Amino acid sequence: MSGASTLDILLWVVWPYVCLAVFVFGHWWRYHYDKFGWTTRSSQLYESRLLRWGSPLFHFGILFVFLGHVMGLGVPKSWTSAVGISDHLYHLMAITIGAVAGFCTIVGMIILIYRRRTVGPVFSATTRMDKAMYLVLAVVILLGLANTVGQVIGEYDYREGVSIWFRGIFRFSLHPDLMAAAPLTFQLHGFIAIFLFAMWPFTRLVHVFSAPIGYLWRPYIVYRAKPEGRLGSAPTRRGWDRSDLKR
Amino acid sequence: MKVMAQMAMVMNLDKCIGCHTCSVTCKQAWTNRSGVEYVWWNNVETRPGQGYPRTYEDQERWQGGWRLTRTGRLRLRAGSRLKNLVTIFSSPTMPAIQDYYEPWTYDYDTLISSPLTKHTPVAQPYSLISGQPMKISWSANWDDDLGGAPNVTQNDPILKKVSDEIKLEYERTFMFHLPRICEHCLNPSCAASCPSGAIYKRSEDGIVLVDQDKCRGWRKCVTGCPYKKVYFNHKTGKAEKCTFCFPRIEVGIPTVCSETCVGRLRYIGLVLYDADRVLDAASTEDEHELLAAQRSVFLDPDDPEVQREAEAAGIPHDWVRAAQRSPVWKLINRYEVALPLHPEYRTMPMVWYVPPLSPVVDQVQETGVDAEDVDTLFAAIESLRIPVEYLAELFTAGDTVPVTGVLHKLAAMRSYMRDLNLGRDPRPEIPAGVGMSEEDMYEMYRLLALAPYDERYVIPPAHSEQAHQLEELVTECAVANVDDGLEQDYAGVSGPFGEGSGEQSQPIAVETLQALRTRQTSDESWGPPDKHRRVNLLNWDGQGMPRGLFPRKRKGDVDE
Ligand code: SF4
Ligand code: SF4
Repeated sequence: MSGASTLDILLWVVWPYVCLAVFVFGHWWRYHYDKFGWTTRSSQLYESRLLRWGSPLFHFGILFVFLGHVMGLGVPKSWTSAVGISDHLYHLMAITIGAVAGFCTIVGMIILIYRRRTVGPVFSATTRMDKAMYLVLAVVILLGLANTVGQVIGEYDYREGVSIWFRGIFRFSLHPDLMAAAPLTFQLHGFIAIFLFAMWPFTRLVHVFSAPIGYLWRPYIVYRAKPEGRLGSAPTRRGWDRSDLKR
Repeated sequence: MKVMAQMAMVMNLDKCIGCHTCSVTCKQAWTNRSGVEYVWWNNVETRPGQGYPRTYEDQERWQGGWRLTRTGRLRLRAGSRLKNLVTIFSSPTMPAIQDYYEPWTYDYDTLISSPLTKHTPVAQPYSLISGQPMKISWSANWDDDLGGAPNVTQNDPILKKVSDEIKLEYERTFMFHLPRICEHCLNPSCAASCPSGAIYKRSEDGIVLVDQDKCRGWRKCVTGCPYKKVYFNHKTGKAEKCTFCFPRIEVGIPTVCSETCVGRLRYIGLVLYDADRVLDAASTEDEHELLAAQRSVFLDPDDPEVQREAEAAGIPHDWVRAAQRSPVWKLINRYEVALPLHPEYRTMPMVWYVPPLSPVVDQVQETGVDAEDVDTLFAAIESLRIPVEYLAELFTAGDTVPVTGVLHKLAAMRSYMRDLNLGRDPRPEIPAGVGMSEEDMYEMYRLLALAPYDERYVIPPAHSEQAHQLEELVTECAVANVDDGLEQDYAGVSGPFGEGSGEQSQPIAVETLQALRTRQTSDESWGPPDKHRRVNLLNWDGQGMPRGLFPRKRKGDVDE
């Protein structure tokens, strides 16, 4: 941490922690305060011709982009070389897959934003929060794609810089200097992406955490019985618990 | 054997006059909110006709319900669970708003605020979806009473199955109304399609509900339901469906659609069924056997063993008694005149129908022959191939035998009762000819024709200790989450995260409905306690001073 200026510490230490704290507590708060509003807010009922292309392109693209980030940011360079993936091979993979996924995401996003703007009912169902979120998301994705494509010519190895800084945040070993040394587009991508995390709980992005994976295993038909142990319509008040046998 | 109780309905189609009272009262009670303007939990469609949403019965296109795989296993027609998840970003076969209809309102203000003009001002229709002026070209019952026939009517998927030549001629002579609500199926494909597991069947009474707090708006249930009775609220982004008016049912009063039905043709009651056998029955290979299979899942509430098992399963004693008196059980399994709607969807629907005899009677009447003579009617049922086949496509997966059987019973009842009503000697051979005793025939007549209120509805209230707890589940009730809508701009969005967000749901007070029931069932006319001190100003001619116009003087009041 030595040698980092105050600004660097603010940008690459304080900012991530503040935003992550907002991310975590924001979700907790939203879940308690607004379960009813926790939805994808789909607009398919209004329009599906554009959605049919835009939405899968965007969503599958971004799923791969996410996996790419798990690889690039989460897995240390030493691990991949330990399993015999050379730097060259790794980069080739990262750039091709990353570019394809990023390209799909962008095309999908353009279709979706075009649809949102031009289809009347969809536009009028767009909240101010949606608009802000779209803007931030678009900037982050564009910068990310620029970074990926830039890898072809540039010589900056983010796995020696950004990735170590990023992992450090969760291990409390802080490296603001590494970020300070990164190229501007990486800095911007990181900075705005972190802001996106702070926005996350207050946007429709919360639906990401509802990805219904459990559907693959649960029984088809769900039965629900009345909840046990309550007497009236309000939760039991203090001092009015029933004298049930506690086991 | 695993005994479960199911609240079910039967509708006697002969008595439906297509007045839409049920739809309107249901809408007023439940879906007159922003986001569900296009939604009719109860709709009445004219058959033949396209239905609502248009051509929903064409499952090749809409992919609702279940199908059997080659190995005889039950699968969602829309695809495997994996396919369901992979297509989550854009549901492939979800109906668009145009397949229902684009809801509209009128610009009433131009009428009110217009200055004096030469021509009467006109209120224009405005879309409730886009807020723009629109041309009305379809609605939930656009083809009411065969409006638009034959052009509109010939797209009826059932009609296409039955015949391709005779269409034109027979549209003019054959028509009936089909009121539809959610079927509260024993094997609901809506619930099976829901990735979040938000749709569930209440284990107490089998009512199928959407948990509004768990629904994430994946829209899969809309495709999954073959009857298209789950709707997407485009403002809240949640699925909504008919709740069988559960807050009313819990205190023992019928659903709004039943209560207000002017034809008094709806029956509500309990059926006990064997939950362990549902899947087997739904997987019956031959579609024509599905009716019998579903009937065999129901358990006879008079059977002591069933009663024992019901008690073991925690079904209260008075519920079993109610199941014995249930009109639904009688119409389905004792008289065998009620049939399920589209058993071939394999969801085991629980709203059944007594098919209409009127198309046959009408045609006989037109020829000037005695339409109440049993032999004439029987002969007509045999010869009127198309109406019978059409009914069979609706109620028995195309098997005309059970439909003919029911129509025979209804025809027999008509003839037999005419003799009685005219003071002639009853002819026992008529009921015997359709395999019924004279007593049964009379009882059936009483239930179908006289239809007394407390025999039509046998609804045991949820036990009071349960009632409060059941009412706890009102987060399922979408209506609880609604603002009053008065200030609502139709194209606007409220709440920080979109429509309806951030509000705490208000439970529907069970007491309100108890009061409603007291009012409806009490002998005295009901009024506020200070009724004698009130004056109906509408009847007051302005002369004199009726008693109660002013509060009574109390001691110590000073005269002016
Ligand atoms: S009819 Fe009702 S219970 Fe049956 S699948 Fe459709 S929505 Fe579900
Ligand atoms: S209220 Fe009764 S008679 Fe009228 S349309 Fe509805 S079901 Fe038919």
